[in-house]
Amino acid sequence: MTESPSEVIAARVQGAGDVRARPARAAAWRFLLQRATAAVLALCVVVHLATIIYAVRQGLSAEAIVARVQSNSAWPAFYAVFVAAAAIHAPLGLRAIADEWLGLRGRRTDVVLAVFALGLLAGGLYAVESLAR
Amino acid sequence: MTPLRGNDFRSRGHAAYWAFVVHRVSGIALTLFLPLHFFALSHALSRPAVLDDFLAWTRNPLVKLAETLLVVALAAHLAGGVRLLFVEFVGWRREWQKTVLAIAAAATLAYALLFALSG
Repeated sequence: MTESPSEVIAARVQGAGDVRARPARAAAWRFLLQRATAAVLALCVVVHLATIIYAVRQGLSAEAIVARVQSNSAWPAFYAVFVAAAAIHAPLGLRAIADEWLGLRGRRTDVVLAVFALGLLAGGLYAVESLAR
Repeated sequence: MTPLRGNDFRSRGHAAYWAFVVHRVSGIALTLFLPLHFFALSHALSRPAVLDDFLAWTRNPLVKLAETLLVVALAAHLAGGVRLLFVEFVGWRREWQKTVLAIAAAATLAYALLFALSG
């Protein structure tokens, strides 16, 4: 019987309690987190791509960017969600690339990627806060 | 089952292999750009001159080209990512595979044209 990748992942996530299953469970969670953030990012990027065209047509300037972000309190909230999803999604993508293309894996790689994720989150939220202040 | 490590050369003739390469390369480019993007935007309010100088620099033709490639990379990563979500969670494989690939490529091209015309 062939199971779809999502069925295999669901089965692995449910296999709690077994110590030997921990690496597989962690991999399953990373898989789910990567896809869940991908779904959030898909919506954010559609809005972002439309905003890029609008902003370029209006003329890009620091003043215009600040005015747009401050025009509605939904914008800072939107960008905060966008930043958080990207800060999870990008390092998980890098993790797969580091593993498959560079052979880099293990605890040290994970620590570097976690620091990168936190850096992206902090830097992104700081940028949003700077624009909305 | 043998894990699919290291891609088989025969698979490179398939359009899905190139979709995979585009997804990876665009993902790396976007990830590297993010810190720069956040850094530039952090100055918008406190020191708008820094951001305006940066924006003026981006009007340089080579930077403009790199910027256009990044925007197209974002569109391609979105289209390719949505394709992957459909392949993995809706089971659009086999006969749907090439149709979804073509739709993703067309959506990317359409956005690239729209961006080029609006600039």
